[in-house]
Amino acid sequence: MKITVDEDKCCGAGSCVLAAPEVFDQRDEDGVVLLLEAEPAEHLRPAVREAANVCPAAAISLSEA
Amino acid sequence: MSTPSHVLVAGASAAGLATAEALRRKGYTGELTLLGDEPHVPYDRPPLSKQVLAGAWQPDRAHLRTREVLDALDARFVLGDAAVSLDTANRTIHTASGRALRADAIVLATGVRPRTLPGQENLRGVHVLRSLDDALALRADLLRARRLLVVGDGVLGAEIAATARGLGVEVILAGPQSAPLATQLGPLASGLLAELHAENGVKLRLGAGVEALTADGDRVTGARLSTGEVLDAELVVVALGAVPRTDWLEDSGLVLGNGVVCDSRCRAAEGVYAAGDVARWHHERLGSLLRLENRTNATEQALAVAANLLGADQPYTPIPYFWTDQFDAKLQIHGVLTPGAEVTVVEGDPAGRRFVARYERHGKAVGVLGWNMPKQARLHRQQHLTTGGTR
Repeated sequence: MKITVDEDKCCGAGSCVLAAPEVFDQRDEDGVVLLLEAEPAEHLRPAVREAANVCPAAAISLSEA
Repeated sequence: MSTPSHVLVAGASAAGLATAEALRRKGYTGELTLLGDEPHVPYDRPPLSKQVLAGAWQPDRAHLRTREVLDALDARFVLGDAAVSLDTANRTIHTASGRALRADAIVLATGVRPRTLPGQENLRGVHVLRSLDDALALRADLLRARRLLVVGDGVLGAEIAATARGLGVEVILAGPQSAPLATQLGPLASGLLAELHAENGVKLRLGAGVEALTADGDRVTGARLSTGEVLDAELVVVALGAVPRTDWLEDSGLVLGNGVVCDSRCRAAEGVYAAGDVARWHHERLGSLLRLENRTNATEQALAVAANLLGADQPYTPIPYFWTDQFDAKLQIHGVLTPGAEVTVVEGDPAGRRFVARYERHGKAVGVLGWNMPKQARLHRQQHLTTGGTR
């Protein structure tokens, strides 16, 4: 799984951090998503899918390659 | 209820698409149909009043999914055809073009339509902003206009005013409140918003409602306020809120009242659910019916509906969340900022326009507002708003 984020779309809600804190964080100054793990380990993938699904701005894309 | 073999979703916007996607993710392999009244593939609405109106994004950037991702969903999209009636007993939706779509389970996600002023439909130069086509039409006119009048002092009106100023247009913002978003945010934050708009050259005409539009022939020339004052503008945007699109459900037998009234499972009748802006459901933790017009709810409620369609039997009890961007201010609102709540600044400083405020009622935190402090607002949400949660 590979994660890509669109910083311009990010609204800083932090929903992704709530869903998968091992993989996502937010910048202090503007709240924009910080990707900690672009290719997360197997056990983190369900949480990452959830993070992508609940992102209010549809800013997180996943490819399952 | 056993797992349905065909799910029909009326509404192909954020909530409808999220329902379909969640069903597939949860392993649903049956037939899936999405019905949408617009010809466009599903797109996102928050960018319409900001990036799309400003011209920073091409329209297709607002699309929620690529064509490949939509194809992989293995759903039938019936677009450009509006739902016109629901036969609840037979779970059949009739459409404007004469289709009869029948399914085992139906999800109502038809959203809202903008309120308008009397006579507005017959005038050139008057806009609403709900759809992608609305945004593009308004943008085309804005590029030719010198002065815009925004009628409405809520989130949408304030965002349009800010975006139009960014395009160099003169802007007047009119509405009955004392400051933009006053009922949503309370006096502290709405007062700061009023200052921000004024500093950026928006002329605020607040504290008086708009009584009627004025016109020269079939062309709008402005509006008359309840005080008698007349505001001149070449272009008018009416942003007076929206009403749930339930008119097509009048004969369905469903309970309607400011939306499709649902139980705590977002169920309106056996095998009929509602999600997104149109749904008014019983929020168990708040102990009341609630309807939320925000982007986050469209997704979260869709996830809840998909789970319940597949037999989860879970109440939907979210912590509401919305955001708004106006000029250089990014506001994040978690929870419900009830009018009359006690407001305490818990981080940062309003004078520096970077702060987090906590809203309390009867000694209990009910909401958190972040002003250019999104991460800190989320941390305070986690600390203070623990009585909700969708999952």
